[in-house]
Amino acid sequence: MEVFQSHRKSSSNNVIVSILPFYRSAPPLEVRLEDFEFFAMDRLRVLKGISDGLCRGKKPEEMEKLVVDLWKANMRHPQAVEEVNKDIISHFVLRLVYCRTEELRKWFLSMETTLFRHRFRLESSEAQRALMSEFKLPYKAVSNAEFESVKDKLGQVARSMGQNLAAADAIFYKVPFEEVPDLVSGRRVFIHKGHAYVAMNQVVSLVVTQFRSYISKALILTNRKWTSTIREQEKDRLTPIVEALCTSYLGPDYSQPQEFGEISIKDIDQVAKTSFPLCMRHLFEKVKEDHHLKHGGRMQLGLFLKGVGLKLDDALAFWKAEFAPKVSAERFDKEYAYNIRHNYGREGKRTDYTPYSCQKIISVTPGIGDHHGCPYRHFSEENLRAALVRMGLSSRAVEDVMDKVHNRHYQLACTLTFEAVHGSSCDAGINHPNQYFIDSQRVLQSKNGSVA
Amino acid sequence: MTKEQADNGRDDMVIDGPGQANAVPDEFNANYLRIYYGKLFPHADMFKWMSYGNDGKHPGCDKSYFGRREFSFTLENDIYIRFQSFNSVTELENSIKEKCPFKIDIGPVYSVDPAKRHAYAQSGDNVFTPVERELVFDIDISDYDDVRYCCTGADVCLECWPLMTIAIKVIDTSLRDDFGFNHILWVYSGRRGVHCWVCDGKARRLTNEQRAAIADYFYVYKGNENSHKKISLPGLVLYPFLARSYTEVLKGFFEAKLLPNQNLLASEERYEKILEMIPDASVASELRRRWQENKRASMSKDDINIVRWEQLKSILQSGKQKMQGLRRCVEEIVFSYTYPRLDMEVSKHMNHLLKAPFCVHPKTGRVCVPIDPNNCDEFDPTTVPTLSQLLEELNRGGPRQDAENEWDRTSLGESVTIFRTSFLQPLLKSCKEEIENSYNAKLQQSKNALSW
Repeated sequence: MEVFQSHRKSSSNNVIVSILPFYRSAPPLEVRLEDFEFFAMDRLRVLKGISDGLCRGKKPEEMEKLVVDLWKANMRHPQAVEEVNKDIISHFVLRLVYCRTEELRKWFLSMETTLFRHRFRLESSEAQRALMSEFKLPYKAVSNAEFESVKDKLGQVARSMGQNLAAADAIFYKVPFEEVPDLVSGRRVFIHKGHAYVAMNQVVSLVVTQFRSYISKALILTNRKWTSTIREQEKDRLTPIVEALCTSYLGPDYSQPQEFGEISIKDIDQVAKTSFPLCMRHLFEKVKEDHHLKHGGRMQLGLFLKGVGLKLDDALAFWKAEFAPKVSAERFDKEYAYNIRHNYGREGKRTDYTPYSCQKIISVTPGIGDHHGCPYRHFSEENLRAALVRMGLSSRAVEDVMDKVHNRHYQLACTLTFEAVHGSSCDAGINHPNQYFIDSQRVLQSKNGSVA
Repeated sequence: MTKEQADNGRDDMVIDGPGQANAVPDEFNANYLRIYYGKLFPHADMFKWMSYGNDGKHPGCDKSYFGRREFSFTLENDIYIRFQSFNSVTELENSIKEKCPFKIDIGPVYSVDPAKRHAYAQSGDNVFTPVERELVFDIDISDYDDVRYCCTGADVCLECWPLMTIAIKVIDTSLRDDFGFNHILWVYSGRRGVHCWVCDGKARRLTNEQRAAIADYFYVYKGNENSHKKISLPGLVLYPFLARSYTEVLKGFFEAKLLPNQNLLASEERYEKILEMIPDASVASELRRRWQENKRASMSKDDINIVRWEQLKSILQSGKQKMQGLRRCVEEIVFSYTYPRLDMEVSKHMNHLLKAPFCVHPKTGRVCVPIDPNNCDEFDPTTVPTLSQLLEELNRGGPRQDAENEWDRTSLGESVTIFRTSFLQPLLKSCKEEIENSYNAKLQQSKNALSW
């Protein structure tokens, strides 16, 4: 396994394996099938978190913190060796997942490069220098004599960017200007006779460019191998996992409502107004209006309510009461009760069904007479605007939400709605209707000191 | 005959007197062009240039190189033919003489002969794609219409042409000192601008990304009708290239030439444009007040523009000015009037076609002659030889025995000499060295591989 090992002087004789692997070659390790999937999912959480952060326009300092938090939350392991293994394995599994189309490759390359950039920046400068030589970047540090001769100009460049030439930056690398197009284009390096004088802290740019180019080529090769041999070879083992991974929902499944315990039937009307996301509000309003919902709607709303904390008996009472004008009690027990009990795992194979995630809800196609699905995706512009206004959004907020909708960022649209309704920010973004509910209750509770 | 008369399409010869027997009406047409291509256009020099030393004399030569270059012709009735390629100087010359193009463009060198392009894929391994192309720049004086009052659009005179001269100085110096390029050809575009061809091997092999980086490095003037302030120079000091350009070229030219010649501060309409660029309204009002009071030119013999400019500078640069945006205001004004305005798109892509030197401009009849950057102050666009003038000169000379070097007895001779001595010969010498070195290196490599 080509893990780069940095020899740090330590009191013991052990070599401390630190840092950043370059993912040069797939590790000849044995990996358990579960780890294959779970490691990849953990890394995918990190990459999706990064994607979300970028989408929301976070500044570099915020992104750096986000990367640290995401990595800590998903990829840490008490033993450094295990952490590095997971790092490498998860990267290579995701390569398989994301090599398969141009769009997937682009996304993966972009996220991995961002991840690498921030992790590299956080390394110590000796580690960075060691990594540079590992990358075979044959750039010599500028000698003291040469440094003296260009010091003025280097200082001038720094001050033109509003910085100062700190003593620490006395280490400069001389590279052909072609290697650092970003720095040249922004006039952030001194160039002379075709050579750019790159400060240590700018070295990141050099290394990241190399990393990006390497991964880009590797993805193409991986795709070839995948289509020519691996996919077929692994069709009973790895292929199904790989194919499911890129669309998987990665958050909690909300099948066990914990935080707010139970919601009873008398609370529903109230919380529907304050804490339901638009998709569930709509279904809820429709069931009250029409005294009926078709199957898709019953599943989506029903499972959501289960996740919210509605107990089975209360659920049965709720649906029965709502359907009463159209469906007699006997008919209800015959035709609908079974399904509700089924959802709660009390019938048939007793699977405790989990409430649908946003991903799942967005992907359905509601038909005539259906009211499920994601309103940000499935409503006409007119209807969506009206619904947002009814939720209490200002016209400015409505425009912001519609902007996300036009760009097909439905979950971001819902997040903005949440933020507008609650007057507080939702950094993590909405990925699950039950998450919306829980976050909403949290905000309201902290405001009122009680369940709203 | 003036240009306007020629544009009326008169065909007859005007015989004014004995000396006019050789007179050629000032026109542009296929017959004149035919003679031009037959006797004056320097086919052999163009071929030598485009071959970059690959003339077959050295074993390291790439014999396919010239044949992989794209040329495009615009024929008489605006018929445009692309992907023309030639395998020898004779083929090139014969095709030009036969087709008599009104314009010849030079494109990139492709991976294979453009004539065979359809046999190759669009992507993947075996592609038809540009592999080499000079780094080129295009500067057009009509982009400066907002700062010159003597001419507009396609017109050029000796008052405003110096804007091109200083653009050449700024860019040429930077290409050599900052980027380390040596083989740079500047060409008059025939009417209202200049083209720049950077021909070093390193330049020809630049990727699109690297070209964009260089173009961005030069990009300072960000103007359009909507912005008042088209130049923004933040930072405590100017970046070295900008500082050098300012002190060595732009400041002097602005203060001594442009300001007085274009009367930039003499009238309200014109000085308002400058006052608009001052971010501090109170400073602008102060100056406005002073100048309005002083409308009648004082008895002072100093040019009013210069007097007012000194007033402006002394207020803006006085130690009392604390406001951030004022720090660089004087430089910003100078830059906005004088800094080169490049056409970015021309430089960024390898496949951009650019007009060949020594073409004749159809609207002016002038030849696209080289400009020696070391002598660019002397260049006068109004005295560039025209097609009819050259033919007249040929007539005057009478019949000659040798058909070679006919250009020598015309005004074109000087241009061809400049082309050869200041550009082509040094370039070819350097190319030969490069071919030899690369060949020897390859020999050494294969020797090393075999010697075990």
